[in-house]
Parts: sequence; structure tokens; C-alpha cells
Amino acid sequence: MSQNQERKVDRSKMQVGDEVAIQLTNMNKWYGEFHVLRDINLTVNKGERIVIAGPSGSGKSTMIRCINRLEEHQKGQIVVDGIELTNDLKNIDKVRSEVGMCFQHFNLFPHLTILENCILAPTWVRKTPRKEAIDTAMHFLEKVKIPDQAHKYPGQLSGGQQQRVAIARSLCMKPRIMLFDEPTSALDPEMIKEVLDTMIELAEEGMTMICVTHEMGFARQVANRVIFMADGQIVEQNEPEEFFNNPKSERTQQFLSQILGH
Amino acid sequence: MSNYEFVRTDMLPQQEPPSDTVGVIGWLRANLFSSFYNTALSITVLFLLGSVLMNAVPWVFLGIWNADSLSHCREIFASQYSDGREYACWAVVRDRWDQIIFGYSFGNLEEGLFWRPVFALLFVFVAITPILFPSTPRTLYLATFATLFIYPWLIWGGSLSSYLSIAVLIVAAGYVYQILSKYMISLFSIGLMLVFLILGLWLLNAPISALIHLILPFELQSIPSREISGFVLSITIGIVAIVASLPLAILLALGRQSDLFIVKKLSTLFIELIRGVPLITLIFVATVLLKYFLPKSVNLDPVLSVMILVTLFTAAYIAEVIRGGLAALPSGQKEAADSLGLNYWQAQRLIILPQALKISIPGIVSNFISVLKDTTLVSIVALNDPLGIATAVRSHTDWNGIVWELYAFIALIFWLMCFSMSRYSMYLERKLRTDHH
Repeated sequence: MSQNQERKVDRSKMQVGDEVAIQLTNMNKWYGEFHVLRDINLTVNKGERIVIAGPSGSGKSTMIRCINRLEEHQKGQIVVDGIELTNDLKNIDKVRSEVGMCFQHFNLFPHLTILENCILAPTWVRKTPRKEAIDTAMHFLEKVKIPDQAHKYPGQLSGGQQQRVAIARSLCMKPRIMLFDEPTSALDPEMIKEVLDTMIELAEEGMTMICVTHEMGFARQVANRVIFMADGQIVEQNEPEEFFNNPKSERTQQFLSQILGH
Repeated sequence: MSNYEFVRTDMLPQQEPPSDTVGVIGWLRANLFSSFYNTALSITVLFLLGSVLMNAVPWVFLGIWNADSLSHCREIFASQYSDGREYACWAVVRDRWDQIIFGYSFGNLEEGLFWRPVFALLFVFVAITPILFPSTPRTLYLATFATLFIYPWLIWGGSLSSYLSIAVLIVAAGYVYQILSKYMISLFSIGLMLVFLILGLWLLNAPISALIHLILPFELQSIPSREISGFVLSITIGIVAIVASLPLAILLALGRQSDLFIVKKLSTLFIELIRGVPLITLIFVATVLLKYFLPKSVNLDPVLSVMILVTLFTAAYIAEVIRGGLAALPSGQKEAADSLGLNYWQAQRLIILPQALKISIPGIVSNFISVLKDTTLVSIVALNDPLGIATAVRSHTDWNGIVWELYAFIALIFWLMCFSMSRYSMYLERKLRTDHH
């Protein structure tokens, strides 16, 4: 986490609005008999940067995957950008096109070039003209600093580059909300920084973000709220300073001592 | 100072590999003579191979091409070669190659109907070009569409208009779908399009056909299905099975992976039923037994029913190959497609299937090769595939007693077709590799 401390984060545009972006109300999920998410209540306002931490198996990934319905919840309510997630496929596709997501294993499409990866969804889902989609894609590829790799295939790029492409691919859909599911967990230490820098830049522009991550340095620098989950429940949430310096619950203290203690 | 300290002061330059590990000598040492036992094995095998070739090569290359019958061949052997051995009597191939390839239905070389299957095959070559080589112009797909109607016309004959009217109705149905899909979900518009197509084929086919006939009054001598024979029959059934089975197989594979309970069960049932029965039984049931169950007025075309069966059979096998490809994809691909807002069919078409099919290429082509050869099973229902014709040739008094030469010729043609498919599949695999360039 020390690697980001030299970077000065520009907070001028990082403002939390009044508008609600995501609302989870008494949300519950089961895998068969197993109760993975228990009574989750969470309201995310526009412009918030939320980091979700917790031991593995605590349901962090499952929770953010419910927000764009990669997982189905069985009880309670999820409202994203004013649209409630139900079985209605039209609503699901609408929410998904407004919510970008980055995965631990990047999940780029290996049979398409970097540029094709980026223009696929805009041209097929948004029906953007191809030329315009290419311009947008090149703009975001420049932003993540890999425009010169546009005509290569994902397999030819390093992990860090692939993850930055994955971020650019999501941004090409002009999402209002970005979800990150452990975006740096599969990366070599030297590549983590380049991905985190990209995410910090995104935060500086005022993007609403929810990140499941173990990068506590990132949480301190960027997040306006840290949520700690354990056993499928939200155990504690607070502003990063308070969360790290003065954790209230025993579970949180235990977790923090384990990840910060070495 | 530590005991383990080591610092390299000069970096090593690149060196040539040892000379006995590269080149011909290196290859021979590594592959044939690497140890005492391998050397002994190599020498034994080379000796056996040599003794087989010593007999086979003269048999093939000293064979006779000019003779009227097997007994004539034997007279020539006796007079030309003093060793008293028999060589190949290739004269049978020279005498009967036209029957084996074109069958009985197109007359003989002099009467001049052979141009029909030859042109039909040329059309097929043009039609598959844009599919095999995507860099060719897109307009070639028009030729592909045209071939769907011109090929059967050239083979079965009759009036061109009766084939073109079906083409017209299909194009019209396509437009109906395009218009409808703007107003309703695609499943409904596909259904209505099919209704339109069936009604059209039933009610409009005759008038449209008559109308086209006024403009394009082309007619070919029609040939009954039963008489189509030889490689023309094998290739026709093979092409239809290959072209029609792939889309069906994709649907079956997706169906079997589907979350929809009934679709999943029906696909599974179909695949397991068809795969569990030998092809020869299916062909027999469809062309012989069905006649007893269906009303007398229904006229089952034997070639058509064989085509349908071979297609269904191949589709069931390929569906399982494709399912393997689908299962090999990491689940993240589907999730990434979903998270970008692609709907089910977009995700399948743009993300999942291109990758799954790429993985399945060797298996799919292997099935194509096997179905092409399985077309020789139609002899069970008295259709004359090349092997059936070979039997007929061998029972003729002139060529009674000939075995190897005919089958070698037929085998060579099958091998050429199958080997080209195999080479193409390897080319395709190389071309679709994206992991490193």
C-alpha cells in the first residue's frame, strides 16, 4: 500500500451528491440452503467511492455481483439508477448497460483485438455508429495509456495492461456506476500500481465506484466510505480515517490486525 | 564475508548448439537410433516396410491401363512380363470411372449430361469460398444463396422456376421478419415468419413458379431421385448433411446448456435418442419401414429422407462436440458479456460461440469427415453409392474377379476429399490463434 502514497489525489471533483445511485433494501441471497447475504441495507449516493473489505467467503463479491444481476437475489429490493432489478430482462439489460464492471481475471474477449473488445458493446447495445465507437474507444485507451496496443489481442498484453483495457472497455459504455471485483488480486505486485492509478484517475473525475479490494492504501486515499463485511453481513462501515484508526467491532479489529500487521 | 558470495563479472554470449543434436544427423540420432533397442526396432521396421513396398510399388506402377476386360489384362501380363506375376489392371478404372463418379443418371460421356454435376460442383466451390475464406468479397454470399437452388436444379432437373419460387418466398419471408421485428419481440416475429413461409409454400408456390417460368423458361431433363448414384450421390448427401447439421448442432448444444427446463430436456432427449441408434438402422427405418406406417399417398423420396436422417444424426454428434467447447470456456466470458449489457443471443453469437466453435474445430471436422464416408451406408436401401456401383462393375462378366483396383480408386477419391477437409481445419485453427503472433 505504500506504493501509492507518493501520488497526490486531486479531490476537487470528488463530491458526493444527494441523488441516490444504488439502494439495497433488506437484500437476502441463498445458494441452495446456504444463506450468503443476510439483510443487506446499503444506500450509495452519486459520486461515492466505496471500498468493501472483508475475509474471503464473506459475500463481498456476491453482493456487488447482485447489483448488476450476475447473481440473483431471492428477497428484498435492489434499485439501481431508479430501476428495480426484477426478472424483467429489459430492465436487467438496461441496468447492465449503465453499470460497468471489472473482474479479478479481466475477462477480456480473447478472440477480439483490444479495440474490438472496446467497441463491441457500444455498437451492439447502444447502436453507436462504428466510427464514433472507435473514436470513443481510442479516447479511453489513451486515458488508460495503451492506445498503441489497440490492434493486439488480449493474450499478447501483460496482466496490468489487460486490466486497464478491461476498465477502458467498461468506460466505453459511458457507465454512471463502476463496480470493481478485486481488480488487482490476480496481478503481479509491479502491475498493481498502474491499475490503481487508473482507478484513482477515475475517482478524481467523480465516478461513482464500488470496489471490492484488499488494497487498503487505495481505500485510505480514495474511498469516502469503507464497508467491512463478514459472514454475509455488513459488520461495520465508516469513513476511512475512523475505520482504520478506530475500528469499533471486534471482527473488524481482528481483520485489520491480520492484513495490516505484517 | 559470506561463504556463498558470488558475483558474475562478464555475461555469457549465445553459443551454437552441439553439432550432433541438429540437422539430419541429429534428427536420425534422436528419433531412430537413440539406443540399442531403438536401433534394432528401426532396422526391423525399415526392413518390413521395404519388403511391402518392393511388392506394392511395381504392382501399382507396372499396371495396365489399356484393356477391355480382366482376361485381356491377364493376357497382356503374360506376354509383357516374363515373371508370371499379376499387376494392377487399372483398365477397369479407365473403363468405368465415369459410372463411379457420375453414376447412372447422367448417361455417358458422349451423350453430354455430365456438365450438370460438374457445374453443380463448381457452384459449390464458389458458394463455399466466402465461408472458408472471409477475406473474399461479401457479395459472393449471393452466389452461396443462389447455389442452394441451382445445385438441386442441376442434379434433379425439372423447371428452374420451381426452385426459384422457393428462393423468392424465402427472401420475402426475410423481409417479413425484418418488418415485424421492429414492432414485436424477435421470437414472435420468427414464428410469424415461419407461418408466412409455410403458407407461402403451400398457396403461393405454384403461381409464383408459373410467373417465373414465363420470364425464365429454363428446363432440364428431370432425374428421379432413385437413379442418382455414384459420387454425385455421396457428395450431394454429404454436402447437405454438413451444411445443415452445423446450425442444428449449435442450437441443440445451446439448448442442452439452456436454463429453460423444457428446451434443455428436449435437446437432451433428441441427442441421446439419435446418438444411441446406429445410422444404418435409422436409414433403414426411415426409407423402408416408414412406408408401411404412412398413408399410401405420401411419396417418400428416398434420397431426401436419407439426407434428413444423416443431417439429424450428424447434428446430434456435433452438438456434443460443441457442448464440450462451450464447457471449456471460462464462465467469466459470459459474465463479461452480460455485464456489458449484451442480450443472450448477442452474447452467444459474438462472444461465446466464436470461441466455443474454435475449440471444437477438430471435433466438428472429424464428424464431417466421418459423415462423408458414412454416405456409403445408403446401399442398405438400394441406392447406388460408389461402393454399390463397384459391386455392379465387379459382377459384370468383363471385370468379374477385380477387387483392389476399383476400391483403391474409390478410396483415393474419398481420401482426397477427407484430407482436404482435414488440411483446411488445420489452416483454420492456425488462423484463429490469437494467443501469440
